[in-house]
Amino acid sequence: MSTDTTKNTARNTGAAPRTTLLRALTAAGGLAGVLSTFLAWTWTDEFPGDLTVYGYPGGLQLLTLVLALATTLFALSALEIRGLRWLTPAGSTAALRAAALGTFAVTWFTVIAIAVDLDGLVNLEPGGYVAALATAAPVATAFLLPDDTRPICRPKELPSWAEILIIAGAFAVGLYVLNYGIQTDAEHPEPFLGYLIAVIFGAITLTKSGLITRISALTTTHRSTTLIAALVTAVAFPFFQDKASFTELGVNIAIFATVALGLNIVVGLSGLLDLGYVAFLGVGAYTAALVSGATASTIDVHLPFWAAMITGAAVSLIFGVVIGAPTLRLRGDYLAIVTLGFGEIFRLAVLNLDGTSGPSVTNGPNGIPNIPPLEIFGFNFADDHTFAGLTLDSNGNYYLLMLLVTIIVVLVFSRAGNSRIGRAWVAIREDETAATAMGINGFRVKLIAFALGATLAGFAGTVWAHFQTTVVPEQYVFTNTVPPNSTFLLAAVILGGMGTIGGPLLGATLLFLIPKKLEFLQDYQLLAFGIALILLMRFRPEGIIPNRRQQLEYHETGQLDVPDGTGLQNSAVGVTKAEA
Amino acid sequence: MTTTTTTAPVLTATGVTMRFGGLTAVRSVDLAVHPGEIVGLIGPNGAGKTTFFNCLTGLYVPTEGTVSYKGTVLPPKPHMVTQAGVARTFQNIRLFANMTVLENVLVGRHTRTKEGLWSALLRGPGFKRAEAASRERAMELLEFTGLADKADHLSRNLPYGEQRKLEIARALASDPGLLLLDEPTAGMNPQETRVTEELVFAIRDRGTAVLVIEHDMRFIFNLCDRVAVLVQGQKLVEGTSDVVQSDERVVAAYLGTPFEGDPGEEEAAEVEAAEAGAGGAGPKKSAVTGDAESTTARTEDEQ
Ligand SMILES: Nc1ncnc2c1ncn2[C@@H]1O[C@H](COP(=O)(O)OP(=O)(O)OP(=O)(O)O)[C@@H](O)[C@H]1O
Ligand SMILES: [Mg+2]
Repeated sequence: MSTDTTKNTARNTGAAPRTTLLRALTAAGGLAGVLSTFLAWTWTDEFPGDLTVYGYPGGLQLLTLVLALATTLFALSALEIRGLRWLTPAGSTAALRAAALGTFAVTWFTVIAIAVDLDGLVNLEPGGYVAALATAAPVATAFLLPDDTRPICRPKELPSWAEILIIAGAFAVGLYVLNYGIQTDAEHPEPFLGYLIAVIFGAITLTKSGLITRISALTTTHRSTTLIAALVTAVAFPFFQDKASFTELGVNIAIFATVALGLNIVVGLSGLLDLGYVAFLGVGAYTAALVSGATASTIDVHLPFWAAMITGAAVSLIFGVVIGAPTLRLRGDYLAIVTLGFGEIFRLAVLNLDGTSGPSVTNGPNGIPNIPPLEIFGFNFADDHTFAGLTLDSNGNYYLLMLLVTIIVVLVFSRAGNSRIGRAWVAIREDETAATAMGINGFRVKLIAFALGATLAGFAGTVWAHFQTTVVPEQYVFTNTVPPNSTFLLAAVILGGMGTIGGPLLGATLLFLIPKKLEFLQDYQLLAFGIALILLMRFRPEGIIPNRRQQLEYHETGQLDVPDGTGLQNSAVGVTKAEA
Repeated sequence: MTTTTTTAPVLTATGVTMRFGGLTAVRSVDLAVHPGEIVGLIGPNGAGKTTFFNCLTGLYVPTEGTVSYKGTVLPPKPHMVTQAGVARTFQNIRLFANMTVLENVLVGRHTRTKEGLWSALLRGPGFKRAEAASRERAMELLEFTGLADKADHLSRNLPYGEQRKLEIARALASDPGLLLLDEPTAGMNPQETRVTEELVFAIRDRGTAVLVIEHDMRFIFNLCDRVAVLVQGQKLVEGTSDVVQSDERVVAAYLGTPFEGDPGEEEAAEVEAAEAGAGGAGPKKSAVTGDAESTTARTEDEQ
């Protein structure tokens, strides 16, 4: 397109004319992609998300629009256009490739889906062909670009109100993206698949460009602002949902994320492989159900909920100590095997404590149904409540309660982890012999971690029982297609990132949301899950949100903490690789 | 060092024996370390020095014999030994690789602080004070060992010599009365060795007795008030540097030549002869005889 811009920038930066031309072509291709989303791609609205309108984009076209726009902007940033350079602090080529590839993938996915769903290419309008071509071109030009050689730019100093605004904006975008995913139509898989592709490539683009690093640096300087922003985002969530089922998703995500975070103390901080963790959730849930005053409960007590919560946590604690005490004296894999066994024993015991095979406690396979809704100081969780014009339904109530539990667990994790006892856990994980030689009583410290993990799971279990209104033994198994199960929780921790707070929260969110939205996979869900895990372990073994320690462990070349002035000045590529 | 022998010893090992199945790695060793002393423990490879250390620190439960610290018998549990006041470093560096330098030293403070889970969760003023005090003490030790400017580095990223120093700082964090160093200069260049020498003297001056295993004879004879020689699990000689240096049995043990009254002479003779034949007289074994040459060589280097 504009040859004069090309010439100008070539003179300004001294970049090879070929590079500049390729960048300009990529920008032009991105722009063409943007424009193509304003055309109709198909003639019928049978395809989910109306793509038949000229004039404004809809449905999957929106994803193409966002990614194509990103491609254009990153290409312009690569051309050193004033005011856009901040987009690519760590170099533009890798980010451009990811963005172009993402646009291409989403668009071609859409076009192919139209052709397949509606039987034949005849169903494509010319706009569809335009989009397909327009998004393919930038991929070619982006991959012809030479690798980044520009050093990482030092971020420009911003006034702190601007930095806070950026953080708030980032959280708003995050909430919007999550919301978009949750609200996609579960009956048609196409929008969610497209969303998934777009999110993955979007995340890669942001990481490669260095924006993620930049924002996380900002969040560390403004810790309290970040915490408030996170809190506001989390509290705001239920008020944006127009369907009860979306809020319900939110409650489930909050519960599993919390339990996964509890498991992260055991697995991530202390390095104890617990394969039966879900049983502690079950202990808490069953305890809460038994003391809830449900008609099916075998004991005739009705504790107020705060007391039930404490009871559930305490009973889980006792189970944790009883299981941990004999096994934690041993090193190695014994714990994994014993906890695996314990998980099964819990389920079998609950199945058999039905009054015929054993004492009557749990009603066996029938479980305890009709657990009454929670009531705290006259606030009934089953009813709708209106605050300042905003209505919270039953799910919303539970969501906010669960959020409170999540916050408690986050606090416990961060405070315990960042203390004498937390350092002892990490030391044990790193080298048990050296840790004991430094005066740490390994058994004691491991037992504390194990019991704390159990207690937190029991705590979350009490809310889970009331939310589900039923507890049955089959929920608490080692592996299953629906959470909770021990494999799910462990996968959430490992996939998200061991030893971090954000990791298990994100891991549990993804692992819960994705199968819910991809129900069409049915029996292949576990297969898809397995493949996804393998891919992740191959390309990002430290998890999505890595712990600084793990990051360095898996990417030897990335000497992230070399003193300023030596490593960071090196090529941008080296550092981005370490962060990838 | 005439005064030290009159005071009560910090460490007394009596009749320490360690058997692994048929192999007796340490055989009835007696050793005492007095306050303010630096004692060396030398011996050829596989003599049982590290095994002896492991018996002292509770990593191994000795088959026979007792170890006592300032008159009380130490239970064979590593954390209780450290609690009592005996700290150690490892021959094959065992840092907490993925923790920062400062965190490593803070872990060393574990026995001298007592904030448990509750105080960590509640974060009262007592917790903050204790945490700040630990940090201050840890930074002081990093200052002392010359690692203060690397406090925030991951310990795995330190160069080898500094990793060894960090192990010492971490051990010192438990305020030990006795420090056991297992080959503290292995893999160091002559300059670094000199610095470590100064560091060990400084540790002694802070009131911590030191028992050190080392193959670098120059280092040992410069440093130690007393040297014990371990050969095939048995203590062969014990005395001042001069006594040990001039003892022909020590030289013979290092060279692998049998001598009059060698413990286990019969079975050892063939093995050692075979070893010597196969070029077994490696650099470490010739350390004693090579000492004179290497000393002069190094002094020239330094000038
Ligand atoms: N856990 C164990 N089980 C069996 N044998 C062992 C064990 N630990 C040490 N040994 C044996 O005990 C002997 C003494 O080993 P040790 O490591 O104490 O020697 P060392 O004097 O420290 O040697 P080096 O100078 O090479 O460090 C060796 O023969 C070794 O193989
Ligand atoms: Mg040794």
